Amino acid sequence: MKYSALSVFLNGLRGNTAWQKMWRAPDPKPQYDVIIIGGGGHGLATAYYLAKNHGITNVAVIEKSYIGSGNVGRNTTIIRSNYLLEGNNPFYELSLKLWEGLEQDFNYNAMISQRGILNLVHNDGQRDAAMRRGNAMRLHGVDAEYFDKEAVRRFAPYLDVDQSRFPIVGGLFQPRAGTVRHDAVAWGFARGADSRGVDIIQNCEVTGLRREGGRVVGVETTRGFIGARKVAMAAAGNSSRVAEMAGLKLPIETHVLQAFVSEGIKPFIDSVITYSMGHFYISQSDKGGLVFGGDIDMYNSYAQRGNLSMVEHVAEAGKTMIPRLSRMRYLRSWGGVMDMSMDGSPIIDKTPVENLFINCGWCYGGFKATPASGWCYAHLIANDAPHPLTRQMRLDRFARGNMLDEEGSGPTPNRH
Amino acid sequence: MASLIDCPHCGKRPREEFTTLGSAVTRPSPSADSETWTDYVYLRDNPRGMHDEFWHHADGCRRWIVVSRNTFTHEFGGTRDAAGIAPMISPTEKTSQK
Repeated sequence: MKYSALSVFLNGLRGNTAWQKMWRAPDPKPQYDVIIIGGGGHGLATAYYLAKNHGITNVAVIEKSYIGSGNVGRNTTIIRSNYLLEGNNPFYELSLKLWEGLEQDFNYNAMISQRGILNLVHNDGQRDAAMRRGNAMRLHGVDAEYFDKEAVRRFAPYLDVDQSRFPIVGGLFQPRAGTVRHDAVAWGFARGADSRGVDIIQNCEVTGLRREGGRVVGVETTRGFIGARKVAMAAAGNSSRVAEMAGLKLPIETHVLQAFVSEGIKPFIDSVITYSMGHFYISQSDKGGLVFGGDIDMYNSYAQRGNLSMVEHVAEAGKTMIPRLSRMRYLRSWGGVMDMSMDGSPIIDKTPVENLFINCGWCYGGFKATPASGWCYAHLIANDAPHPLTRQMRLDRFARGNMLDEEGSGPTPNRH
Repeated sequence: MASLIDCPHCGKRPREEFTTLGSAVTRPSPSADSETWTDYVYLRDNPRGMHDEFWHHADGCRRWIVVSRNTFTHEFGGTRDAAGIAPMISPTEKTSQK
């Protein structure tokens, strides 16, 4: 069923009883062309683009819980393409372009709102870095604008620009950045993939990879063995555990990142603002809650919950930037587990094991990359060759010394 | 995570007194081959379960310690001094290197 204003109207007349389920709940077939491990945003997007761009529809997405239960439902919903490096920027710009057409493409309301992102800067060094990054973006044809102090004040009058501790001297603004209804991304891709014949198998955990003569021939699951010509991992947060089933050791540590939402208030913040002294980013959801987050908790963790000291730290950073937040109350907090890679950038590549592919290492930045990640991963799986935009996101780049380190913080995963 | 860490020198102290560096991997010999060094610098076991890691008692005895900790339940298994296992130099803690 195609969604449209007319379908909403007609179904309303029928008491909303005629809506169909958005995807089936099929039993696994004995054999698929491609099995994707992980029914998060990236896994579902990969299945969608495999079917849509490459005509490969004999595909199963295997999810150990329900789809959208992981990081696609746990992020702060920000999309942007304000990256510096050659190996990153065109990839994230592809993602932003796909976001711009996504709702029409998969016929689902993902509430994409291009409200802009402002990265504040607080000293000369940060200003120079922001201008360099802005210039790099413009050279790639991406929108970027530098705001001086007065422009920042006009744009966001609630910021404490003249504070004594971390005065704000300017900011880098990307007008086309914004926010998305994150759950709808999982649902939209799932519905789009399912309608093209992809089987989405929920509550089915992969427990092993079966290999014959060195090549992968399928996966062992809690619902038995399922055969596949190609197996693609998209299990960020748990990538190391899945890769271990194939005897691979990854350049990844798993860390917990917390996010928060406040009680709902009237319209207050109409953009996304990031603070550069301490790590803090904030936007306001359409429901009115302020959505914000900070750093990871710094220690390795597979628990989807964080520590109180980081809750306090994030509140302190937010208050320094926007003093009137001190009156706000936390409504909820939650944690998601991240693949923190050794250079802060993702990996989309083949593995040394034949027929096994890997998509991992998204650190904090996986959500905004969802469409491009699916697009490029599907290309890799279908053609057995990397998409040109992911040529610097290879698994062996660490051994070769070709790091893609946007922040230049070296092989320390908890500092990216 | 637990709010107290049992420092082998100071006893149970608040977790905020400590900073963490990551996996307690042992530095290979300078003459080791490139594959061994790549493994040491970039690859991690990343277990979901007990994990040995370097913590620094920054606001206490300023010793590096090895903490065994469960990465899923956050329970502590035990701590010992890190002497003998050279920690990497953390970018923000260059001054606290032993």
